Amino acid sequence: METLITAVTVFVLAMFVGFEVIVKVPPALHTPLMSGSNAVSGITLIGALLSAGVGHTMLTTALGLLAVVFATINVVGGFLVTHRMLEMFRRK
Amino acid sequence: MPAWVVNSAYLLASALFIFGLKGLSHPRSAVRGNLLGAAGMLIAVAVTLTDQRIVSFQVILAGVVIGSAAGVLLALKIRMTAMPQMVALLNGFGGGASLLVAGAALIEAQSAPGAPTGQFSVATAASGLIGAVTFWGSLVAFAKLQELVSGNAIVFRGQWLLNAAVLAASLGLGAWLVAEPQRAGVYWGLAAAGSALGVLATIPIGGADMPVVISLLNSYSGLAAAATGFVLNNNMLIIAGSLVGASGIILTQIMCRAMNRSLSNVLFGGFGARVAAAAAGDAVYTGRVKSASAEEVAMLLETARRVVIVPGYGLAVSQAQHAVQALASLLKSRGTEVLYGIHPVAGRMPGHMNVLLAEADVPYDDLKEMEEVNPLLKQTDVAMVIGANDVVNPLARTDPGSPIAGMPIIDVDQARTVVVIKRSLSPGFAGIPNPLFAADNTLMMFADGKKAVREIARALSETAVSA
Repeated sequence: METLITAVTVFVLAMFVGFEVIVKVPPALHTPLMSGSNAVSGITLIGALLSAGVGHTMLTTALGLLAVVFATINVVGGFLVTHRMLEMFRRK
Repeated sequence: MPAWVVNSAYLLASALFIFGLKGLSHPRSAVRGNLLGAAGMLIAVAVTLTDQRIVSFQVILAGVVIGSAAGVLLALKIRMTAMPQMVALLNGFGGGASLLVAGAALIEAQSAPGAPTGQFSVATAASGLIGAVTFWGSLVAFAKLQELVSGNAIVFRGQWLLNAAVLAASLGLGAWLVAEPQRAGVYWGLAAAGSALGVLATIPIGGADMPVVISLLNSYSGLAAAATGFVLNNNMLIIAGSLVGASGIILTQIMCRAMNRSLSNVLFGGFGARVAAAAAGDAVYTGRVKSASAEEVAMLLETARRVVIVPGYGLAVSQAQHAVQALASLLKSRGTEVLYGIHPVAGRMPGHMNVLLAEADVPYDDLKEMEEVNPLLKQTDVAMVIGANDVVNPLARTDPGSPIAGMPIIDVDQARTVVVIKRSLSPGFAGIPNPLFAADNTLMMFADGKKAVREIARALSETAVSA
């Protein structure tokens, strides 16, 4: 129970921080915001790395491998395409 | 590496994510912000790889190499007009990863001694359900935006009954998994039900409502990651996931407000109204629409002191952003003030128009939000509407019975002259006629956006030479 409450506390406070930070993003940058925050949600990658690397069973390793592929596409594609867009906004 | 080092590194990575998102509040700091976020991710991944439970790096390496190659390829090849599809796809992969990780964690827990905790099983059910909905919902959104399937709303009899049944089945399977976490089959049943729900919930949402759906799926992908954090008891996932969840929720709200519709109206309805109103077009337009040639429009622009350009999705479709920018620089070189009025839901995702115009080197400061540009339109000589329709329809202000009543619009009708570049008089997504096209101060130029803008620019530079 103790760990659950700690986890919920972290979740709720992080939500508040998220709201505060993101309402300040101007509409002109909402597309890069989406692709950038998308890349952040690829954080599931660290869970995927454990599933793939622990070698529990063939099945979990296979699930982990697929999860690593998905999450890496999300992370790498997300940060890179965001960078591409933001460079365009900076040019002028 | 001891747990406290790992957790400190996760704290650092979380802080970098927050600074990264904060950086996005201005284009000058945005590039650095994005790099900070990427650095946070790198730290989180690097420290995770030191975990002693990892026995084999080959599988990890294979996954990272395949994923990076696909990610790099997607990110570099994608055209800016296709950005909504790209984001939909990335959302889907994030959700899919959460679904798989929670599944793998469940299988591991089942062979461990002792029953899994309540937190574990509830979080696993949530992660599986949200992950599956996000994955399949995003794939459907991708297919619609990429026009692999019809972008229109797909509706059939008994649809809501079916959706309600699938939702009930998903929740029932979720409850079953919580009650009996030893049954792996229930998890995959839940994943299947969630997949069906993701598809069924997305197909009835069409065209112009896509910005809302993408924002919502963005939020789901974050919440799925946070739920996986509860499964693995990992604060890093919880923090990053909730940041993204919050971001998606805010964007969803902004999009709904910009259309003056509730979220439930976007998700569950909104296509009932348009059939009745669709027929009235002829009565509005007959005998009143004036069409103009490129030369006539150029003559208007020649004497204009302020021109406001209002782009819509049609601009993206005809790839007219570079032509528009060329026309704007020509006008500016002649001393005309040129501004862009951007409606929040112009395009297929939040901020889409801004990215397209930035790609064409339009200065950031020329891009004005709806609230900024509306007070200026009374003192505007020419408002040029390119490929937009519902977002400039004055019925939103004047007709309380209209499906778009109360939707905030860009008040182009208040400019001295309105030039509308559009291929035909066909209605926009709301399916209603637009009296703007028949207004006394409106000239219609029926043409493809890019071609029309180029012709106007040519006519304008010719008059300049002859004068």
